[in-house]
This record gives sequence, structure tokens and C-alpha cells, in this order.
Amino acid sequence: MGEGMTRAPEYGETLRIKNLRTHFFTRYGVAPAVDDVTITIPRKGIVGVVGESGCGKSVTALSVMRLVSRPGKIVSGKVLLDGEDLTAKSPREMRQIRGNKISMIFQEPMTSLNPVYTVGSQVAEAMVIHQGAGKKEARDRTVEMFRSVGIPEAEKRFGSYPHQLSGGLRQRVMIAMAMVCRPRLMIADEPTTALDVTIEAQILHQMKELERNMDTSIMLITHNMGVVAEICDYVYVMYAGRIMEQADIFSLFDHTMHPYTTGLLGSIPRSGRGGGRLYNIRGMVPSLLSLPKGCRFRPRCERAMPECAEHEPELYEAGRGHWVRCHLYRDSGGGETR
Amino acid sequence: MSDMAAHGTDARRLVDAERVVKNFRVGGMRGGHLVQAVSGVSLHIDRGETLAVVGESGCGKSTLGRLILRLLEPDSGVVRFEGRDLSALSATELLQARRRMQIIFQDPYASLNPRMSVYQIIAEPLVTHRVCKSKKETEARVKQLMAMAGIRPEHINRYPHQFSGGQRQRIGIARAIALNPSLIVCDEPVSALDVSIQAQILNLLYDLQREMGLTYLFISHDLSVVRYVSDRVCVMFLGKVCEVGNTEELFANPMHPYTAFLLEAAPKPDPHLRKEKKALLAGEMPSPVNPPDGCRFHTRCPYAMEICAQEEPELRPIEKRQVACHREG
Amino acid sequence: MNFDERRLGAAESAPGASHATFDDSAATEDDIERHDDETISARLLWMLRKNKLAVFSLLVICFILLAALTVPLYAPYDPNKPSLGERFAPPSKAHWAGCDDLGRDQFVRLIYGARISIMIGLLPTTISMVLGAVLGLTAGYFGGKVDFWIMRFADIVLAFPSLLLAMVVSYTLGGGIMSIFVALSVVSWAGTARVIRSQAMSLKEKEFVEAARSIGVRPGVIIFRHILPNCVPNLIVLFTLNIPGAILNESSLSFLGIGAAPPSTSWGLMIYRYKTYLMSYPWLAIAPGLAILVFVLAFNFLGDGVRDALDPYMKD
Repeated sequence: MGEGMTRAPEYGETLRIKNLRTHFFTRYGVAPAVDDVTITIPRKGIVGVVGESGCGKSVTALSVMRLVSRPGKIVSGKVLLDGEDLTAKSPREMRQIRGNKISMIFQEPMTSLNPVYTVGSQVAEAMVIHQGAGKKEARDRTVEMFRSVGIPEAEKRFGSYPHQLSGGLRQRVMIAMAMVCRPRLMIADEPTTALDVTIEAQILHQMKELERNMDTSIMLITHNMGVVAEICDYVYVMYAGRIMEQADIFSLFDHTMHPYTTGLLGSIPRSGRGGGRLYNIRGMVPSLLSLPKGCRFRPRCERAMPECAEHEPELYEAGRGHWVRCHLYRDSGGGETR
Repeated sequence: MSDMAAHGTDARRLVDAERVVKNFRVGGMRGGHLVQAVSGVSLHIDRGETLAVVGESGCGKSTLGRLILRLLEPDSGVVRFEGRDLSALSATELLQARRRMQIIFQDPYASLNPRMSVYQIIAEPLVTHRVCKSKKETEARVKQLMAMAGIRPEHINRYPHQFSGGQRQRIGIARAIALNPSLIVCDEPVSALDVSIQAQILNLLYDLQREMGLTYLFISHDLSVVRYVSDRVCVMFLGKVCEVGNTEELFANPMHPYTAFLLEAAPKPDPHLRKEKKALLAGEMPSPVNPPDGCRFHTRCPYAMEICAQEEPELRPIEKRQVACHREG
Repeated sequence: MNFDERRLGAAESAPGASHATFDDSAATEDDIERHDDETISARLLWMLRKNKLAVFSLLVICFILLAALTVPLYAPYDPNKPSLGERFAPPSKAHWAGCDDLGRDQFVRLIYGARISIMIGLLPTTISMVLGAVLGLTAGYFGGKVDFWIMRFADIVLAFPSLLLAMVVSYTLGGGIMSIFVALSVVSWAGTARVIRSQAMSLKEKEFVEAARSIGVRPGVIIFRHILPNCVPNLIVLFTLNIPGAILNESSLSFLGIGAAPPSTSWGLMIYRYKTYLMSYPWLAIAPGLAILVFVLAFNFLGDGVRDALDPYMKD
């Protein structure tokens, strides 16, 4: 079967992660944190990768950056950035790519910023290193970048130290740092999880603006279905190292197919209690060291069938551009949806 | 306050806080800054209900929870629990009151002593209050509590690190219900958990509330969770209460501008509700060290009037609600 | 999986048990089954199996202790009787570590010296650890005035050169072994108190301490059940770090004539006495030096092993 197609091939693609496997070789055995994952990030639009902790979403991102540390290792697969395979690059070449062609922002901005330098100089430094910009030019473009990510009094903030800024401003600085070299791809790993709701809304809005105005693709990693619904255009749902479902944002929410996705969406409290208990997926994410045989979601699945224990389903295209790894949809050929 | 006479006589009232103030001194033994964490908050909790306190970080909601439990002393103001002023209790009376009120924490990693076994953790309240006569009885009770919280009783001798986050939270819950309390302060009990586990824990809290007749003070920043669990909501901003009301009414029709912004900002799990232009709150959170004069929200409020910068709005009853805003009432 | 039978016994009278399920633990049963239920002794046994170096160190320490205790039973030479014909005899079959400037057998004297050195190494260190831990925990947990006065007192102790302070204390008490115990305890508690205080301060902010307070657990119980156990790794490290210091301090005191009085001896005293012969008769100073090295190393390795064994996270 073919790998998952994205919504809009006519836009071209920035990044293609192809059959990526990143495994962790621990004392207790091999943990397939990312297992045969194929993700395509188009030129335009924001792609979301969602899942619970331990599903492999962050390891996927780190694999793209080639930042997986021991005992983890990329076992096979390709990471194609504009057609160039990153897995074949030397560490030196990767250093040129990181922060320049691909940049990443993390959940906790404080730990990613050096407390003894001003935020401005840290952002400008990236430009000096990667693009050989002069001091003056780097400074000007940093200030300009600060403005475009919505930092008020950008000139003044250039000379601020990280601890002088609020959490929301720090995350904006991180985004500025990620965008300043005009990368081809920005990976945002839980960028708003540590922030308050009103700040979260501002940052998400900012990311949407950037996606619209700059030539950078965005891969958003999150556990929050609300964040996904807010800004993503295409979504991959991961579970225990596998892609379980991938679809256009509207298709995913309107015609949810995989029982896991259904469960995730059902677990979100949406209204008042009205006397009822909340739907919940039973059990918890399996250990990667002792994955169940067959479908990895089977032990928690309400619709599990005998064959689910025997062999793992492939990704079936159950709707247009809507792929799902579940035996329930094996025979749903072509463009029909539920 | 108008309902001053009510407490003591009203048996439904479990907690009554009146103009509670708590400031913290930070930075240096002398001098430093005074952080105004809770600035004159009045609220009550009725028996059997769930009152949610929502607000962003630094609004004082966690401090309020600890003041109600008297884990912190208020600088001024009164907290009454079951009709009695907590700060007027003797040491033995306070110990007795502690049996009736408990707390569940956000971080299931930090809230359990890593060097104590599950048995030791859950037995601690039983041992402290000499509830059980023998070790055997204690163990039976601990196992019973574990079963109630959904942890397998045979794991009684394990240590916290051998459990997942959700299971640890269950251990914390078992410890909290050990003494049959009437009030449990839940301080962000599910915000560190995955969605699917979050739903399990919310269901557990719901079941326990029904069976044990518990009253919850549910502190959270997550509006969807708050809407699901609570009967009434109290919205806080920078140490002050903005609005208190019945959950459904408040969510359907927020009166305070800050409440409206909070509801608007929360990401909704439905792409059809996406808005091209969300009403975003301008600017940054003012500092609790130096809060603005007048209404504390006025520097960010798009409806701010002249009076807002000068005079602090009182929390006034409007219909079935209480709102602190000059625009209302 | 069948949970019902497991639940029945305990849950008969549990109001909430009817629909409490063990959902959460279902899927990772295999994952968790690896860890056996365990007690402290079980974990120490685990250490014995895993950490060969610690076990070997324990054996070495036991052997040295046993040798020192029983030395009068087997020593072929009198440690204090000079034999001028054998002055500065090099190591040989008859004298494994040679003879000293008075012709006394160095090896026998080394073993006799171990008695004082080990006692000095262990006892005052233990006393100062207990003192430092109690004061540090009190200061850190209660804070405020208590903290202020304890820590100012510690500052005063730390401000004095420790050897000078030990000398003063020891002179005042009239010299001898007991005065050295007291003197060495007095000089080294302050460092321990500082470390433990800062740890207690951070631990008391932890939520599990807050939980204990909300239950109504008394401060003393909180300190000993919640805070102290989490300081144990640091205490062990401090302990192993302080022992060599105490042994060396003792030797300095002995050198100044306050410690072990000749003809009885200690390792430190031997090093000090024979360091003048380092070029001509090097074995005289090297042997006690090696003895201190072996003893201290063994203690360090053992300390690391015990610390790891007590650490609940170590096995993951």
C-alpha cells in the first residue's frame, strides 16, 4: 500500500518523513518509540501530530532534528527536507541545518534560553552563525522579528534578560529565534502547554499569522485536541509509536474513525456534567517494551475483534486523504466515509 | 456582609471565607517585595457541592485553597469551616478539623514521598489520628481505600516510582479520603495527566463525591474541566474575585469582561468553532507586586472607563450571580 | 483479566468499591511486574548482588576491623619495644613493612594504629553527622529565628580554622582520646548542618510535606519521616567525605602532641613522624598512607553502594 498522502500535493512539500523507525535500546529490551512513521509536511499549512505522552511524537521531532540521544537511534527510514535526506548528513552538516533550515521551539522557554545573555543577543547570534550576518544587520533583523512575533517595545526588549520577561514573552522570543533565519520548517513541541489560556490564544494566533505571511512550514506537536482544532490543517494521530489515523482537520473531527481518536475526543469534557460520567478510554498507554500482539490499541479498544489480536492493521484509506490503521476500515475502499 | 448572620445557623454552609488577605514577602530577609497573592476574597462553599476556582497562574487560586485548609495563615480575614473560625481553634481542635478537610495536588510525582511505600503513604493519616486499633486493621483499611481509588490492593508494598502518573494520583486520592473528610481541596488534580487518564480521574472524583458526600473546592485553569465538574464557578484575577455564579449560567452568559475573555481564549476541540479573529486580551498580566489601582483588570480591559482606574469595584450580587465590575449593576 | 476476586476481600464494606475499577493498571502490568515488592533489607540484598565493588569494600573494612581488634592475639612482635639492631630495616619476610627508627615492626604498629585511627575516623564523624543533621533539619524546617541563630552559630564555627578550634577544645578538655572525639565533633558539624539545612528547606516546600501537614502530622514526625529519609543520600556522601578528614585531623593533633600519645600510635601520627625519612626510608610513610587510602576508598565505595541501594529510583 502507498504511504499516506497529504491533502494538497499541488502545494509541494517541505518535509517528508518516510518509514522512519527510531528505537531505544534499553537494558530491558528494544523500545520502538517511532515505528514506521510516514509524515508529510506541505509547503503551506500547519500539520499537527497529536498523541498522549509516550506515543512517540516528540521522538519523531527529535529524529527530524537528528537530536535523538543514546540509547535511542534512527534505525531506518528517511527524512527528506526539500528532497535531501537528513539521515545521511554528517553531524557537521546537521549543525548547519539546525536553527537555519529547521528550527524547533519547546514547551519550556526558560530552559532553552541562556540566563546570562540578553534575549536579543541570543536571537541575533543565530543569524551571525548561520547566515554570516553583520552585527548591525543581525540586530536590525532581530528587532524586526521581535515586532513580527508581537513583542511590544521590541527595541527595548532586545536588551532584556530572560528572567525579566513573562512566560508568554519568552515563548515569543523563542519563536523569533526559530524564525529569524527564515527556516524551511519550524517544529513546535507543545509550545503553549506551559502557558495560560489567554497567552496560549495569543501564541497560537501568532503562529497562524507566521504561517500565513512567511514561507515556513509548521509542524505542531501537542497532546491537546483543542490546540489542534484551533490552528492545524492536517493531523496525524500517534499511539505507541505508530500513526493511527491521519486526516484533514475537518475530516478528522467530523468523521472520526479510529476508536483511539474517538476515545481521545470523547475524553474531553465539553459541557456540564448533566449527571453523567465522562467517557474514558480504559487502561493506559502500553509500555513500548511489551507491546501487545496485533493492534497496539487492542487491549484498550472497545471495538476490538478477534483478528485485532492476530495481526496489526495497515493504514487504510477510508476517505479521501483520510487514513486509518484499523481493521474496521479494511474493506472501505475509495472515498466513502462513515 | 449581608449574610453575616447566616453562618453558624445555616447547616448547609461548609466553608465561609470573609475578606481573606494573604501577602508574601519575596526576595531578601529585609525589604524585598510584597506579593499580594490573595486580596480580600470572600466566598462560601455549601455541603456536597463542587465550587471551582479558575484563573491564570498568579491569580492566587492555589493560595486561596491553602488558606481555606489553614496550611497558610491569612494576614487578615476569617475562614470558617463547619461554622468555626479556623484561626481561633486550639491545637487539638485544629487537629480534629484536619480530619475533615484534605487536599489533592497537581503533581503526582511531588505529592508522594518517594521513600515511603504505598502502605506508609495511605496509612499516615490513619496512624496520625489513631483511627485503627491494630496494624492488621490499618492494613485492611489501606487495602480498602486502595480498592476505592482503583489501585490494586496487592501493590500495597510498592513505591511511588513504580506507578504511572494516573495511578499515583489515585494513591494521593486514597490518602485524601482515608479519614472520611467532608471537604477536599483539589489543586489542579488532572492538569499533569494525559487526556484519557484525566477522564478516569475525573470519573473517580465524581464517584467518590456521590458515595461519600464529599464537597470539593476544585482549583483549575482548564475551563472545559471546570465546566464539567463544578456546580458553581469563582473566577479570579490577580488576587481578586471577578465573578461567581452557577456554572451553566456563567458559561452561557459571562458578565465580567475577564470571564468572557477566558472563555473566548480557551481552545475548543472543534475546528468549526475556529474564529478568524479571536478577541485577544491585550498586553501582559500586571504584576501582583504592584497591581493597578482601581479595578485590577482595567489595564487590559477593552471596556475600561474612567472610574475603573480610580475605584475598585465591589463584588455585587446581580441576578443570581456576583460580579465585580463597574459596568454591571 | 479478572480483577473481581482480587477486589472482593478488601472491598466488602467499601462504599466506593462497587465500580472502582483497576483500569489504569491494566495495560502496563507486564511493565510493572518487573519490580518485586521490596523492603529495605531486600534492597540492601539487591545491592549485594549488583554492586560487587561495594561488597568487596565491606569485606575489606570488616577485615581491617577484625585484624585491629584481635591483633594482640597474633602479633609476633611487641609494637612498642625498640630493637635497635633492626632500625630502618627494609621490608622483608620477617618484617612485611620494614622497621621504624627504633627498630619496631612497622606492620604490627600499623595494625595497632588502625585502632585509634578508625575510632577517630568513625566516632567523631558519626557524632558530628548526627549533631549537624539534627541542627540542619531544625533550622531548615522551622526557618525564622531558630534558623537564624543556629546558622549564625554554624558560621562562627566555620569561620575558625578547624585545626585551631580543635586544638583549643582539646587543650581545654585536657588532651587524650576523649578530648579529641569532642574536638573533632565540634569542628565538623557545621558543614553538615549547612548542607542538610538547604536540603530541608527545599524538601519542606514539596507537596508531600504539605500533604502531611494537611493531615495534621506533627512537625517532629514530618522531619523524621518525610524530610530526613530524603536527606540520607547526602548524609552518606558527607559521611564518607568526612572520615578521611577526621583521620587526617587526628594526625595533625597527634603531631602537635594532643592526640595519640607515644608510644601508642595512629596512622596519621606515623605519617607525620616518618615524613622526614621519605627520601631515605620511603616505606615508613608510604605504608600508613596506603592504609588510609585503602580504608577511605573502601568507605567511599561502600557509601556509594548503600546510597544507591536506598534510592528508590536507581533500579529503573
